[in-house]
Amino acid sequence: MADDSTSNTPRDHGDKTIEFSGLVCPVPLQDYPNIILGHGGGGKLSADLVQHVFLPAFQNDHLAVLGDSAVFQLAGVQLAGQRLAMSTDSYVVRPLFFPGGSIGDLVVNGTVNDLAMSGATPLYLTAAFILEEGFPIAQLKRIADAMGAAARRAGVAIISGDTKVVERGHGDGCYINTAGVGIVPDGIDIAPNHTRPGDVVILSGTLGDHGMAIMSVREGLEFDAEIRSDSAPLADMVAGIIQVCPDVHTLRDPTRGGLSASLNEIAAASGCGIVIDETRLPIHPTVQSACEILGFDPLLVANEGKLVCMVPAESADAVLNAIRSDKHGSGAAIIGRVVADHPGVVVAKTAIGASRVVVAPIGEQLPRIC
Amino acid sequence: MCLAVPGKVESIFEADEMTMGTVNFGGVVKEVCLVLLPEIQVGDYAVVHAGFAISRIDEASAEETLRTFQALEHPTDPRS
Amino acid sequence: MKHLTEYRDGETAKRLAGEIARQVTRPWAIMEVCGGQTHSIIRNGIDQILPDQIEMIHGPGCPVCVTPLEVIDKALAIAARPDVIFCSFGDMLRVPGSEGDLFKVKAAGGDVRVVYCPLDAVKIARENPDREVVLLAIGFETTAPANAMAVKVAHDQHVDNFSALVSHVLVPPAIRAIMESPGNRVAGFLAAGHVCAVTGYSHYRPLCDQYQVPIVITGFEPLDVLDGIRRCIIQLESGTAELENAYPRVVTEQGNVAAQVLLEEVFETIDRNWRGIGAIAQSGWRLRDAYRSFDAEIKFDVSAIATRESTLCRAGDVLKGAIKPNQCEAFGKQCTPRTPLGATMVSGEGACAAYYNYGRLVPLEAPDVQAASAKVAEQA
Repeated sequence: MADDSTSNTPRDHGDKTIEFSGLVCPVPLQDYPNIILGHGGGGKLSADLVQHVFLPAFQNDHLAVLGDSAVFQLAGVQLAGQRLAMSTDSYVVRPLFFPGGSIGDLVVNGTVNDLAMSGATPLYLTAAFILEEGFPIAQLKRIADAMGAAARRAGVAIISGDTKVVERGHGDGCYINTAGVGIVPDGIDIAPNHTRPGDVVILSGTLGDHGMAIMSVREGLEFDAEIRSDSAPLADMVAGIIQVCPDVHTLRDPTRGGLSASLNEIAAASGCGIVIDETRLPIHPTVQSACEILGFDPLLVANEGKLVCMVPAESADAVLNAIRSDKHGSGAAIIGRVVADHPGVVVAKTAIGASRVVVAPIGEQLPRIC
Repeated sequence: MCLAVPGKVESIFEADEMTMGTVNFGGVVKEVCLVLLPEIQVGDYAVVHAGFAISRIDEASAEETLRTFQALEHPTDPRS
Repeated sequence: MKHLTEYRDGETAKRLAGEIARQVTRPWAIMEVCGGQTHSIIRNGIDQILPDQIEMIHGPGCPVCVTPLEVIDKALAIAARPDVIFCSFGDMLRVPGSEGDLFKVKAAGGDVRVVYCPLDAVKIARENPDREVVLLAIGFETTAPANAMAVKVAHDQHVDNFSALVSHVLVPPAIRAIMESPGNRVAGFLAAGHVCAVTGYSHYRPLCDQYQVPIVITGFEPLDVLDGIRRCIIQLESGTAELENAYPRVVTEQGNVAAQVLLEEVFETIDRNWRGIGAIAQSGWRLRDAYRSFDAEIKFDVSAIATRESTLCRAGDVLKGAIKPNQCEAFGKQCTPRTPLGATMVSGEGACAAYYNYGRLVPLEAPDVQAASAKVAEQA
């Protein structure tokens, strides 16, 4: 098989090859005239909304980068080479409390991590609550306490907030939005489109813990398992990475849509191909079991305390060690490579020595029977 | 079709006039309907589909299948 | 997981592939009937490690794929009713009817819920006595006992606000239809292990005899699938056409007797339409008269809904193995997983979706899709 591989790449097939770009959603938003749940799933449907509703309406250079946060300088304000990073995220998790955490942990760690993925040191958060009439204040207090504790752990302060109440039946208990700002050190420039062929792909720990912890308490699916959400702040880990590798190319936290969504976004933004080795993916055996039962692909399951990074090959070992020395990175592993071939496409090598294309999720994953 | 997963039966009980059980799938424990496998015992492995145990796993057959695989010659090049 | 991970070992897979390569001397087309096996083949890249002479044809054994359009349309009509809680396995939510899918109904205000076990739908009915709860009861013989039990429990416990929209299909009539279709190229079958776990397998022997075709009952993990192919090839090369059980740890000759008794009590055999294939005589089940008051089709009077399939879609030819997905004019153009024309593009196990998702790098004329993507990866 290896012998003829050199002469048989898709490129050599020229016009006999299916035109890949032609397959990607030529007519946007035609499938659903109204919002469906999948539009919030972090997959192709979410990307559609950004591409065809928000980007054209808001168009500016910062947004066009499509990073987890925007990095910019304030006109006329001198910050000694440093730039600001800003990000926002809303949280609609159900249930609000789950093994290993609560929405309170997510709203802090999630926005902290979005900032950290641009190399920023997170500093300040805002919090906005949309509460449903009838929501128990005792629960709100638990959530707020969790937020306060998470903020202290992450070294950020929640400095502004807002509360709105909607009529009973018009919300799902408690929705929270947080926004955050941080400072990006001088000389640090991390973005999805900086990924280069030859880069090594490093994952900071096990896949799918958060998503399956949520599934274990989801109404109608309940199961008992030692699975806890991995929700954690990653700013210290990122600082460690930057220390040993200031030119780290790309950082991403694979939340909704899982590692597959992140890798596909990076492949698309950079115009590179990515090859991962399935046998090297760290997955907790219990998470794997839960995925088997429901028919989920761990590559598509959400994480809340992991990052994937693309680093130059010569820095790979140093970065791996830096991540492993962080308290949230003990399970880190090198999982793949960035390549010049098959631009925009993520390929996984399987355990039996074959390969498959890792597709970005379309919407939400649902339990399968077949 | 028919995603069915093997798990170990850990307990058997009656609920709503139905034989139910807890089944451990590699660390994930779920309630499963056992009514289609009246002979199943605690400690047995069963294949579960859509919340129902549909077949008891025969350990001896499983071992024999694996032995057959191990007896195969080591590969040269499958495409040669 | 015990009884799962042992059957995924990469080195043993290569040995099985080597054994297959030693046995095969000429081209053979083998159909894996079951969508779960298709999924395993594509996801693991099994056909990349097979010799070039072996062509795997992906069969019609994905219930999501073959559920006829008119059943989906009936489901959409029922699910849209304000008095209904509509329960479905997750797989069916994105299957397109003529006007959208269950997601769309849900977005428009329909109460559509995903259930893991059919009994959960009965429980929902008990908890919501003022609502009608409808279960979309699709699937092959494996899923039928679970759906039958839900109907029986509702019947016995007088949960009269429960009903089922039944569209069950059966494997043996499909094998018969494939063998009798003009231009059939299938020389051997991997039969669906979990179907046989329920039904047993003695009724497959007449198929081997009548059509002189080897049938190997096969499991779903990579080593199981490869072993099924190995046994099938050995038979084909030696000219035998016998029934073999390559999945004895799960499947016995008599199958699950309790399940069979239940199925016999609740269901009767009827002709069924298969999406993309057409009508197959005596190929499905519906509720018997004693359970007819739990038939959602009658309860909600949707029998009149009759829908024609897209004329562009050649899912039928794909399911029969007559063409490869990428030989369809609409493939990747009008028809993508986002905008599926036929159910083979909707389900992750559908042959078209599998080609689209996993074989996108494929040269149009190359028969071996996965090999091409392997070569790409290898180069990398």
